[in-house]
Amino acid sequence: MAARDAIVIGAGIVGAACAAELAHAGLRVTLLEQAQPGTDATAAGMGHIVVMDDSPAQLALTHLSRQLWDNLAPSLPDTVEFDRCGTLWIAQDEEEMAEVHRKHATYGAAGVETEILDAAGLHAAEPNLAAGLAGGLLVPGDAVLYPPVAARFLVERAVASSAKFLADTPVASAQNHTVTLRDGSSLHADVIVNAAGASAGQLTPGLPIRKRKGHLVITDRYPGFCRHQLIELGYLKSAHSVSADSVAFNLQPRRTGQMLLGSSRQYTDESSAVDGRIVQAMIERAEHYAPGIGALSALRIWTGFRAATPDKLPLIGPSLADASVWLATGHEGLGITTSLATARLLADQLLGRPSPIAAEPYLPARFENAQKTGAHD
Amino acid sequence: MTRSFDIVVVGAGPAGIAAACAAAEQGRRVALLDDNPAPGGQIWRGPSTAHRDAVSRAKERWLHRLQQNPAITSLHGCRVFDVPGDGLLAAEQNGQRVDLRYSKVVLATGARELFLPFPGWTLPGVYGAGGLQAMVKAGLPVRDQRVVVAGSGPLLLAVAAYLRETGARVSAVCEQASWRSLLRFGASIAHTSRLWQAAGYRWRTRGTPFHAGCWPVAAHGGKTLESVTLSNGTRQWTVPCDLLACGFHLVPNTELASLLGCTLQQGFVTVDALQQTLIANVFCAGEPTGIGGLELSLAEGEVAGLAAAGAIRAAQARIPRRDRLRAFAAQLAVTFALRQELHSLSKADTIVCRCEDVTWRTVSQYTGWRAAKLQTRCGMGPCQGRICGSALNFLLEWSPDSVRPPIFPVSIASLAGPTASAPAELSAIQEN
Repeated sequence: MAARDAIVIGAGIVGAACAAELAHAGLRVTLLEQAQPGTDATAAGMGHIVVMDDSPAQLALTHLSRQLWDNLAPSLPDTVEFDRCGTLWIAQDEEEMAEVHRKHATYGAAGVETEILDAAGLHAAEPNLAAGLAGGLLVPGDAVLYPPVAARFLVERAVASSAKFLADTPVASAQNHTVTLRDGSSLHADVIVNAAGASAGQLTPGLPIRKRKGHLVITDRYPGFCRHQLIELGYLKSAHSVSADSVAFNLQPRRTGQMLLGSSRQYTDESSAVDGRIVQAMIERAEHYAPGIGALSALRIWTGFRAATPDKLPLIGPSLADASVWLATGHEGLGITTSLATARLLADQLLGRPSPIAAEPYLPARFENAQKTGAHD
Repeated sequence: MTRSFDIVVVGAGPAGIAAACAAAEQGRRVALLDDNPAPGGQIWRGPSTAHRDAVSRAKERWLHRLQQNPAITSLHGCRVFDVPGDGLLAAEQNGQRVDLRYSKVVLATGARELFLPFPGWTLPGVYGAGGLQAMVKAGLPVRDQRVVVAGSGPLLLAVAAYLRETGARVSAVCEQASWRSLLRFGASIAHTSRLWQAAGYRWRTRGTPFHAGCWPVAAHGGKTLESVTLSNGTRQWTVPCDLLACGFHLVPNTELASLLGCTLQQGFVTVDALQQTLIANVFCAGEPTGIGGLELSLAEGEVAGLAAAGAIRAAQARIPRRDRLRAFAAQLAVTFALRQELHSLSKADTIVCRCEDVTWRTVSQYTGWRAAKLQTRCGMGPCQGRICGSALNFLLEWSPDSVRPPIFPVSIASLAGPTASAPAELSAIQEN
């Protein structure tokens, strides 16, 4: 197959992964980044590599991606801080324990190892959790990493495969095989990959993407306060929503001994300012699950914007209006996990290779009718 | 808990004390808060020494004036970390959150020392110049310890004099500014009491060599400091010592001003003739508006306090004197401007960020502060980049990142809100 040119816009973790994959496959790739690698949503996220099963398509994509991260793990430099600490889904009551059993069965059917913990098992695994919780589901194969360094690592892999990387290079427009830079110059390629995250819609109008704001708090170093990525199963209720503001208990141990405390989801707030009301709700949720956490010291709070789609699946494949523009965006809160699978599916489609999983659920074309009827704004 | 005051003064150093007294004497209810356990700031910290100089006389006078005034509520051990709403500050005191409502606020947040990383600067025994003085005031014994005082600024001689009086053997005072700059500075203050003050410090450090145009290039030692290598640009020599007190003059604490939206120019808060910032009801006095020392801080504090209290004529009457003192501040900046050679103090293996153990080799390969922070965690530790950020601002001319709350580490419980608040709206935003 003849080498083709591809321009990837955005060196967040998704764009960086796409550039690395396409360059590795032999395409002549140029990766454009408006700032520096991994400085936007990638830097704002937790860096949780997690298998999720909101839908069969989400399970397939996250599972494939976790396998790809496992394959990559031995090559990751120490500074990526890849740590297979596992995810522990926490059940408050018997109703949520039923969800534990359902999840256990679903993951098991997909070949994902899990372990059901009763109340005593949960307490043994995480002594700082509140008494009286019903149990949990441990997913030992899940991991955490430090996203900005992971993104830079992928950029460096792309460059090692002869990709060209241009940092501090904002793009003004991208259509019809032509990328016009903010400085007025233009680049041409067979394929343009729009991996601009929550800003993707500015380059490709009409995308069914909305910004979904999140808050995170980072603590000082308390090694051992928690040992797994902890998520309340109530998270499923809040993450399922596509409209209302919500918070859920989500606590991540970093290799440094620090912890990241989340999470929140808001559609209506376009400002990057920290919202005290949300932080308060997040912390009260955390104190409910981990009563000792209030005494720990918080160093910083920040916000970021997820690129959310209506069905909570990313857009991977050719755009509807312009055959030269492909999309790799809309990853919501799962961009770190699904970046590698996204790159694989995108490259497979571009190169006509078979994919390990079906590509259809993630094709932008699934929104064709919706866009025509204006069902999504 | 939320407390309301007419005027909240943040920082109880000279500028803050002057502002609080001036405002309270106009009949306003004033809160004066500071993260230290007692008022006085850095310069008036701790008990006075036996030596009664202009600084200690001013201290006694102002602390007396402060303590006499029942309209001033002093909140010690209290640190503002957020601005949760208009006219509202969130602070933490003794681990508890306290919210302070104000009509006017005076920012008198002072300055901190500039540390420049050089090989060995992280060894035990190496302190800031003001830092070592504060440690000694807090009880660190220095009797018969061999001390080198180095860096830049008028503070060096004052610290050396203090250390001598507490029994230390100060073996050298090294000022990076040249003799030429210092002599020009001396001439410019010849008609003022400041020359006598400087001469006084020099008299009190007589017998200790004073080197101008001289700076530390490396500190040596196994477990603790054993010696320091000094340079004058043409020659290097090594001096044995137990302690090194080293600071390269001061950088202003402007985090709270930034969080309130105040405009900064070249790192300093922009104020009008009455010390008002470009944000309504927010005043600023002392080092954050320009490094000018004790007398200017007092003068600015009085103007700010009077203006915040609405006593505009009284404030205006003090403007000429303040402006004369500002001319001195401008001289300070010129005299103690840091020399080019200091840009190469850091070597590849030198730790730049002590919180996160980031070396000069690692951090200097990035093109800006944000990328360096994200890739190396430089500046992401408990000091929130106050030390390495200021150093890199000088060394690489990286401009600081935007300021976000909390501007100091606080407990997660304090972050959540005032203690006696209404129950959070958790149920309102948590879905069923």
